[in-house]
Amino acid sequence: MQKLVLTEEQQMLKDAAHGLFTEQGPVSQLRKLRDEKDPQGYATEFWNQAVELGLAGVLIPESHGGSGFGHVGMGQVMEQGGRTLTASPLFASGVLGASALMLAGNDSQKETLKEVAAGTHLMALAIDESGRHQPSRVATKAEASGSGFVLTGNKTFVVDGHIANTLVVSARTSGAEGDEQGITLFLVDPKAEGVSVERTIFPDGRNYAKVALQNVTIGSDAVLGEQDKGFATLQKLLDIGSAHLAAELLGLASEACDRAVAYMKERKQFGVYISSFQALQHRAAHLWGELELVKSLVLKALMALDADDERASLLASAAKAKASQVAELATNEGVQLHGGMGMTDEFDIGLYMKRARPVQLLLGDARYHADRVARLNGF
Amino acid sequence: MTDLESFRQETRAWLEENCPESMRSPFRSDKDPCWGGRKFTFQSEDQRLWLQRMAEKGWTAPDWPAEYGGGGLNKDEHKILLEEMARIKARPPLNSFGIWMIGPALLKFGSEALKQQHLPPIVRGEIRWCQGYSEPGAGSDLAGLQTKAEDKGDHFIVNGQKIWTSYADKADWMFALVRTNPDVKKQEGISLVLFDMETPGVSTRPIKLISGESPFCETFLDNVKVDKDQVVGEVDKGWTIAKYLLTHERSMIGNMGSTAAGQKTLAQQAVHAVGLENGKLADSFLRAEVADWTIDSIAYELTAERVRDEAKAGQGVGNTSAMLKYAGTELNKRRYELLVALYGSEGLLWEGDDRPAGALPQQWLRTKGNSIEGGTTEVQLNIIAKNILGLG
Repeated sequence: MQKLVLTEEQQMLKDAAHGLFTEQGPVSQLRKLRDEKDPQGYATEFWNQAVELGLAGVLIPESHGGSGFGHVGMGQVMEQGGRTLTASPLFASGVLGASALMLAGNDSQKETLKEVAAGTHLMALAIDESGRHQPSRVATKAEASGSGFVLTGNKTFVVDGHIANTLVVSARTSGAEGDEQGITLFLVDPKAEGVSVERTIFPDGRNYAKVALQNVTIGSDAVLGEQDKGFATLQKLLDIGSAHLAAELLGLASEACDRAVAYMKERKQFGVYISSFQALQHRAAHLWGELELVKSLVLKALMALDADDERASLLASAAKAKASQVAELATNEGVQLHGGMGMTDEFDIGLYMKRARPVQLLLGDARYHADRVARLNGF
Repeated sequence: MTDLESFRQETRAWLEENCPESMRSPFRSDKDPCWGGRKFTFQSEDQRLWLQRMAEKGWTAPDWPAEYGGGGLNKDEHKILLEEMARIKARPPLNSFGIWMIGPALLKFGSEALKQQHLPPIVRGEIRWCQGYSEPGAGSDLAGLQTKAEDKGDHFIVNGQKIWTSYADKADWMFALVRTNPDVKKQEGISLVLFDMETPGVSTRPIKLISGESPFCETFLDNVKVDKDQVVGEVDKGWTIAKYLLTHERSMIGNMGSTAAGQKTLAQQAVHAVGLENGKLADSFLRAEVADWTIDSIAYELTAERVRDEAKAGQGVGNTSAMLKYAGTELNKRRYELLVALYGSEGLLWEGDDRPAGALPQQWLRTKGNSIEGGTTEVQLNIIAKNILGLG
């Protein structure tokens, strides 16, 4: 059985990512983007350097211009990005977009992978239609017309939607809202007539969009994978996305814990450092233990994806559920242990809480994934 | 065929040949395991045979060196043996504090003479050991122990009282922490000594617990003579060994959080007891709690695995046994609270041979001790806070 430790190459990638994020994408960068209401929502210099380091193509095989380092490798990158809250299209394009094309793309669709790895073509996944993630709840219609389709419907919470060059859209080609059967994935150009993309603002200052599709005409070559059978692809794609979001949550929660522990060692009350109070020590120790549990789940889920293990879905959901719970705990404790300072915008710890909640919700929160773990276990 | 593959085939064949049929099912109750020792009555001829055959191969202590009666298996072979035993649901041939605790300490810290004297009888299941650590005044503050050992030249005279001694009334020998020097820092005057429970002056009294059972005893030591050659390691240097053993004990107790091979999972028991409606557990709140528990259980098992793998690879932060003990015991307590909840009133039936959930009420109460014994949850959190997070 594969050991639950990083290989030397994976460790090197982790170190390289750590260096890049801390030096070129620190928390101050996110603050600047937020304060200046930067229309792009990420720093071009950072993205160029990330691409140069190959981070956009970690999941893409060498034959398509990537490095083929796999999910464990990419998970290390996501975790490091979680620590610095760095805004970039890595997740939407490098994880979801690249994986969608690899899972279901035909040869000509896969041609785009080279540009995705090069960071010149950005992708985004448009699947949610309501506040809570429910991927079978697809009302967006795709009606056959001539040799292609006409799409009508609304999508929300689309990560990096307003900067994407291609949207992966789930739409219904048959069946009723809520059916898993009858969903088809389409590659949609956001510049096509009838598509409107509106950026929406969230507490984390990152990029999400609403996408409205009004009688958008597309050709049959825009179908990604099999017609009516998109849900199976989507499930695999969501397993991948969930595991990588869990990795990001692990990074941000670990950083929140580290920052709280560091603050306890510098803050004095009653003439002593607050780190000497047992009531606080035990809360920090409990949090640290919870993070160790998350670390194992995340690593195993990523390994299961690389190995195409039959337990990958279960492990991805377990990882996303637990990581979401612990990120909530870590950021709440992080603010509380900072006392009044934790409530100020000046301190970074609040930014971790504001990033955690949207990531917890993305692709399903702890409750969604605990329910899935139950279903996969036959209860 | 590689060496490991042929080892697997030989092991499989040997187990098929030698494991009695009645030893191929999980333990049904606390009365099923074989503990060995001078006072032990075998439940069946099969139980005796299984112990004898495994002991002859050294497979009651598979990874101990063969020169002390152990199996001499390397890590990979050991793993294969466990896998092959699990394959036929073979019971462990011997439960033993000798194998789990004092044996590893002797292998690491004991003199050659002590190893030769004590290890082979442990492997054969002839001598059953108990641990004399806690005292009425030394629980979480273990290093504050007061049992006194006076130097009388070639021997010590030991006086004091131990408490929470697991199965002291059934044990043949004790390994005990005693104070050999009262005039130095408390951790620096402690020694680890070994003595026969039949030595004059040793007496035991079982403690009745909230479960109604008495797995623990008080042990009274009244002018007990202990030969100096029965000191493990150096005199006054026992605390290092004690800490090693505590770490070991922590991992063992933490392991109670695991679901043993062949044991029904909590989810399976929930489905059995509560039933399904439209494919979901009929009680939605219980379902959510069982799902949460299941996730934590997977996380715990993977973390134990990761910590082992990291240790082998020379990585990791150390002190993780405190975290695993904390997580594992809290997990086990939650499991039993959920079991009681899902069986409802049937799960609380205190007596009777045909109870649907068996001895669940007694087992449930027993788990409450998990987060107290071997260092309380609060002590584990102290260890994490101080040694890992540097809080103080």
